[in-house]
Amino acid sequence: MSSETKQILTTDGIPLEVSLKKAEKKNKIKAFLLVAPLLLFLVITYIFPIGDMFMRSVDDRMVTNMLPKTFKAMEKWENLEELPPEEVYRGFYEDYKVLVEKQEHGKLGQRLNKEKNGFNTITKRLFRQIKRNKIDESISIKEQINKIHKRWRNVEFWLAIKRTAPPYTMAKYLKGMDMYVASDGSIAQVDEDRRIHRILWLRTLEIAFFVTLFSFFMGYPIAHLLATLPMKYSNLLMICVLLPFWTSLLVRTASWMILLQQQGVVNDFFVMIGLVGDDNRPEMMYNKVGTYVAMTQILLPFMVLPLYSVMKTISPSLMRAGKSLGGTPFVAFWKVYFPLTIPGIGAGCLLVFILAIGYYITPALVGGASGTLISNQIAFHMKTTLDWSFASAMGLMLLTGVLVIYWIYNKLVGVDNIKLG
Amino acid sequence: MSKNPEFVKFDKVDKSYDGKVLVVKDLQLDIAEGEFITMLGPSGSGKTTCLMMLAGFETPTHGEILLDGNIISNIPPHKRGIGMVFQNYALFPHMTVYENLAFPLRVRKVEKDEIDKKVDKALSMVSLSGFETRMPAQLSGGQQQRVAVARALVFDPAVVLMDEPLGALDKNLRESMQYEIKHIHESIGVTVVYVTHDQSEALTMSNRIAVFNDGKVQQLSNPAELYEKPVNSFVAEFIGENNTFNGEVVDIDKDKCKVKLANSEILANPISVKSKGEKTTVSLRPERALINPTDKMDNMFTGKIEEVIYHGDHTRVRLNLLGSSEFILKVPNSTSNLELKVSQDINIGWNSVDARALDPK
Repeated sequence: MSSETKQILTTDGIPLEVSLKKAEKKNKIKAFLLVAPLLLFLVITYIFPIGDMFMRSVDDRMVTNMLPKTFKAMEKWENLEELPPEEVYRGFYEDYKVLVEKQEHGKLGQRLNKEKNGFNTITKRLFRQIKRNKIDESISIKEQINKIHKRWRNVEFWLAIKRTAPPYTMAKYLKGMDMYVASDGSIAQVDEDRRIHRILWLRTLEIAFFVTLFSFFMGYPIAHLLATLPMKYSNLLMICVLLPFWTSLLVRTASWMILLQQQGVVNDFFVMIGLVGDDNRPEMMYNKVGTYVAMTQILLPFMVLPLYSVMKTISPSLMRAGKSLGGTPFVAFWKVYFPLTIPGIGAGCLLVFILAIGYYITPALVGGASGTLISNQIAFHMKTTLDWSFASAMGLMLLTGVLVIYWIYNKLVGVDNIKLG
Repeated sequence: MSKNPEFVKFDKVDKSYDGKVLVVKDLQLDIAEGEFITMLGPSGSGKTTCLMMLAGFETPTHGEILLDGNIISNIPPHKRGIGMVFQNYALFPHMTVYENLAFPLRVRKVEKDEIDKKVDKALSMVSLSGFETRMPAQLSGGQQQRVAVARALVFDPAVVLMDEPLGALDKNLRESMQYEIKHIHESIGVTVVYVTHDQSEALTMSNRIAVFNDGKVQQLSNPAELYEKPVNSFVAEFIGENNTFNGEVVDIDKDKCKVKLANSEILANPISVKSKGEKTTVSLRPERALINPTDKMDNMFTGKIEEVIYHGDHTRVRLNLLGSSEFILKVPNSTSNLELKVSQDINIGWNSVDARALDPK
């Protein structure tokens, strides 16, 4: 027993364990230094922007910083059914005066107006009173402000100011799902005819799902052919599959526009063979059909390649074994071949689905009104309305959605079952 | 019940893949019921093609294959009811051992109880009881091989085909598996068609061996006859070790012929030579030549030892004899061992009946 517990020493008397750790430490540092550039790159280009996006999407510190005294005083406002006490009015007045000096009072008015309609008018009135020095600080500020406009006497408006107190808000996320915080603080849905985002989310999911489905049904036989053909034919076929990869995405989308438009090649062909009348050419672009066709073609290689790499590893003798043991070709396929391709199917479908769910250029060009996706909406807010925080919120919702799908997939199939090659 | 001597019949079968070269030429082969027959040959000799045609994965270009009197050339593989063991076992990697064995029974719609019974029996036959829930990847090569054999037998096929099933195993395991497969064959009496390029495997296991070369059966006989009495120089070369002399027949009678070598003459057993003047290759097994023979032998020569290699149970001696320095002798290592030294001259003798004059190489 004693020999087991005795510490083993190296020849120069240092305990073996210490010596081993020392030796391994060097290797660990070396390994870390090798991956450090990539790590740094990922932090700068990925983790940091996502963090920044998140901060942007929930950031609501503007009002918090503008009205520090108001919110301090509001802590003493207990009965929310009645107008706030004098301290709150005084705090608000003092904060507002500072803003007027800094000429930032307009921003506050706009921001509060978003929270509750009608604020713009009454803050402007307050501004004018302050400019004319009409407000006497020695008597009750509350009574003087209440006299400026009847809305100042409405508790709803004071509650709206109170709601802007927290430095963070979920309002952008709620807006992304066509919901908002009502004046009583509860979450309400926007009117039915204004629910555009929910339609977009559903359409994005629907298009991503069907594009994945179409690519699977088209990609599976191609991948099988690639994996089983003799080398000289399979190389040629492989080039055909990969050719789209070597062409710019824009060029491919543009060529689909040429093919699919009403006076385009496909329609001309349909008319030529008499499938449709010349005056009755179907619209295949600027709608879902265009998005489906173009996206399926563009994403097909992402389905074929993982499938191919998995199928390549399946020995042809397995199918033969299945047949020689009495399985019909279909049974041999379904019971033997197909289950072995599931890792490839999983990888391909996940890849195509995730790419499709965030697809942007193709739907923007061929999608028209009914074929655009959530990413087009995000881009719209980035470039046109400049509401970056809303764009960030939707981007993060998309990211969360993808992670949830990944999680579900992991639960159902297991991520270690994915094989990309 | 009498055994059908033509249970499997290849009737004038030709096979070509590209329309230019015949990989199997005019094959005529009868396999008896319950027989263990081995197709032996170098790679590219057409033996695997024959097996694939029998299994139904290849179709004969010409001729018919009959199973128990029925032409099966147009029956798809899954309806032939022939079990097959593949070179790399071809176990289904996503199924347990039990599911692998149950597969041929399930597709035949066998009852669950019956499946359990048969799988049990098949696994105990290959001594793998208790391995039902293992996945193939969790088994060693030898165990996978046994599962493959059990799977090929579990549905009681009339014929089992084995395509170099032991090729991936190490030497010791291969030898013990050879005996195991042989015993399984003996105990259940199934017809086995076995393909290998390993001659010792073929000699150990088979009732009969068909030696393939160049798309043709060179010789079809039992192992002893194949080794002792090869009918041509390919078979003599391919099976076992062999000393050869190339020469010309100068004298011939019923059971002896005189062959003239470069600068001497030997007596040989005329197998495929008929007349004087023919070229011939004389084949002699290394163990048939003796050192300092005590009996009277009709070929007696003196050679010089070039090399002595110790092999454990025997010693290989390479001699310079009759103008060739490639003459091999196998000397058993017994207690009365001879002193064998390089450059020593020794007397060698053999009987003319063991020196078979075959077709020239």
